[in-house]
Amino acid sequence: MIGDLFSAQVVLGILTSGIRLATPYLYAGIGETFSQRSGVLNLGVDGQMLMGAFAGFYVVFSTGNLWLGLLAALAVGALMGLAMAFISVTLHAEQGISGIGVYLFGLGLSELLFQETIGTVETVSGFRPLQIPVLSSIPVLGEVLFSHNILVYGAFLLVPVAWFVLHKTTFGLNIRAVGENPEAADSLGVSVARVRYLTVTLGGALSGMAGASLSIALLNVFQQNLTNSLGFIAVALVYFGGWRPFGLLTGALIFSMLNALQVWVQTLGIPVPAEVALMMPYVLTIVVLALSVQRVRPPSALTKPFLREG
Amino acid sequence: MRSALADNATLARILDALQPLLATLAALAVGAGMLLLLEADPLEAYGAMVEGAFGSPNALAETLVKATPLLFVGLGISIAFRGGVINIGGEGQYIVGALMATVFALNAPDLPTWMLIAAAMLLGFLGGALWGAIAGALKAYLNVNEILSTIMLNQIAVQSMNFLLRGPLIDPVQAAAASQIPQTARFAEVFDLPRWIPTRLHLGAALAVLLAGLVYLFLWRTAIGYRIRAVGLNPHASRYAGIRVRRYTVLALLLSGAFAGLAGAVQVLGVSHRMLTDGSATGFTGGVGFNGIVAALFGQLHPIGTIPAAFLFGGLLVGANSLQRAMQVPSALVGTLNGLVVVFVVSSEFLKRRRARLQQPAPTVEAAAPPGAVSTRQAEPEAPAEPR
Repeated sequence: MIGDLFSAQVVLGILTSGIRLATPYLYAGIGETFSQRSGVLNLGVDGQMLMGAFAGFYVVFSTGNLWLGLLAALAVGALMGLAMAFISVTLHAEQGISGIGVYLFGLGLSELLFQETIGTVETVSGFRPLQIPVLSSIPVLGEVLFSHNILVYGAFLLVPVAWFVLHKTTFGLNIRAVGENPEAADSLGVSVARVRYLTVTLGGALSGMAGASLSIALLNVFQQNLTNSLGFIAVALVYFGGWRPFGLLTGALIFSMLNALQVWVQTLGIPVPAEVALMMPYVLTIVVLALSVQRVRPPSALTKPFLREG
Repeated sequence: MRSALADNATLARILDALQPLLATLAALAVGAGMLLLLEADPLEAYGAMVEGAFGSPNALAETLVKATPLLFVGLGISIAFRGGVINIGGEGQYIVGALMATVFALNAPDLPTWMLIAAAMLLGFLGGALWGAIAGALKAYLNVNEILSTIMLNQIAVQSMNFLLRGPLIDPVQAAAASQIPQTARFAEVFDLPRWIPTRLHLGAALAVLLAGLVYLFLWRTAIGYRIRAVGLNPHASRYAGIRVRRYTVLALLLSGAFAGLAGAVQVLGVSHRMLTDGSATGFTGGVGFNGIVAALFGQLHPIGTIPAAFLFGGLLVGANSLQRAMQVPSALVGTLNGLVVVFVVSSEFLKRRRARLQQPAPTVEAAAPPGAVSTRQAEPEAPAEPR
């Protein structure tokens, strides 16, 4: 049965679903990369994703309009991000714990709203696979790379865009300056608070989008704790990726391929307990974190609130 | 003039101590808004909460039962914080501790009662210690952020528990029945902690209070405790003072985990007499690993302060159940309120810093910094990059 794993069909299946499953990690991870590069550790990602997932699902469920749903998820995520920015930038709160607070809040509120509005298991018809003309008819590659829904393409396009913004624009330079040496950036007239508000709010919006990618594109359902700590893994992948968009992409792909493999192992009935298969991604995340963190230094001002002297 | 200053200082101290309470009231005020939206009368709702948590001897006993694991976990959380590490892994450590005690209780040798109970608790303590020490070693020697590793370790513990309770440890009755509820058989009665009949209040509550005192003595009256706090306040200075920083980082997380593990062991011995879950991440724990953080923050990360904090927070949890029954509001409201309480309590440190700054016209960094290891490190602008 183990041999079944190496048949062409299964390998293609793993690659295809691995690419699809990387989507939420990419959105949430890119958002978190921006936020951490500016010096704010946002641990509320999972709660923000849940709120975005619910908002998107609710709007699609009641209006049937997918784009409106996506917009709602972005807006609700941005609002949650704004809250995190206020807590960490204006109130200088300890970021690790307040992020957990934001997570608990999002976890509770998304379930509360779900129970109050929908309450039962419902599905919506989410974003459909979009066959890219010509490219999708390439044998093998077409199916693996070019037959996904639009949110998957968006996630992968976001990676080079994020790289460009971070490394080739003034805004990106400001973000990195504020995250490395806020005192210096401040003395040169860059508003530390403004940059951090922007990145953390953007991070929230992208987390909301990550949630929507689950609830209206990949799974098309909403339930209590839909994300199942996926947001925390996205934060771990940011560390793994060394705070660089392409590093994040590598981590997200490895992680989601492993997850796809895990699903296939169960589908093929290979005698591994489901629980063991489910815990493997977490074990591997720890191993990968242990092996990777020596390479790159985190942004110097990460988790440190900025207090102007005098 | 002098006495006016002293009065001011006393006032500031009182305000500092009351601050978590005020922050909680603010969070409850937001909660009142949510209750209004749910078309429930907030006054009536909060009345039902207070009544359900503190209104009768039995209610008080239930509150104490809920407060007990919160106090154990909260004690561990304060040790970690004092040592400069954040332990989000209470959930996993609690599970591993309970699993160790459970495996022992299900395969107990023939020994005197007190020895059996002591051994089960010790195993719970050691199980949690192991789970905490893994995160500690990963941080100290491989630079892995402990927030992330403890979150991963939580998931691993949950899946291990699900595997064991559905397989090797399942109650033979459930294994034979169609329901297949993931739970173990009931432990032999020698393992039941003494109870204050007719309530469910058990010996664990007294043990938790006793340990709070011991943790205080440990942190403030022993050399090892002093070094843990020194490392938490300034790892670099500690290194120059000859303290083995890495070792004490591991120790802080190890002890932190040990208390969560003990909480799990005491819970299965004192309350459920078996281990059971519903397959979800918080099915067994009820989120005690996260709620313990709130209790510890509430208690200003001080072992003694954690005692009333755990009691109040236990009351909040029990009261929330009554609220749900009395007013028919979804239980998820409680989780939402928990999150708000955390955010408000952590954010309210801001007010304390501002008071400190107002009191001293020319503020130094030290004066602006609030007590508490983590916040102090935060407010030091020249502190070198935090190790991951």
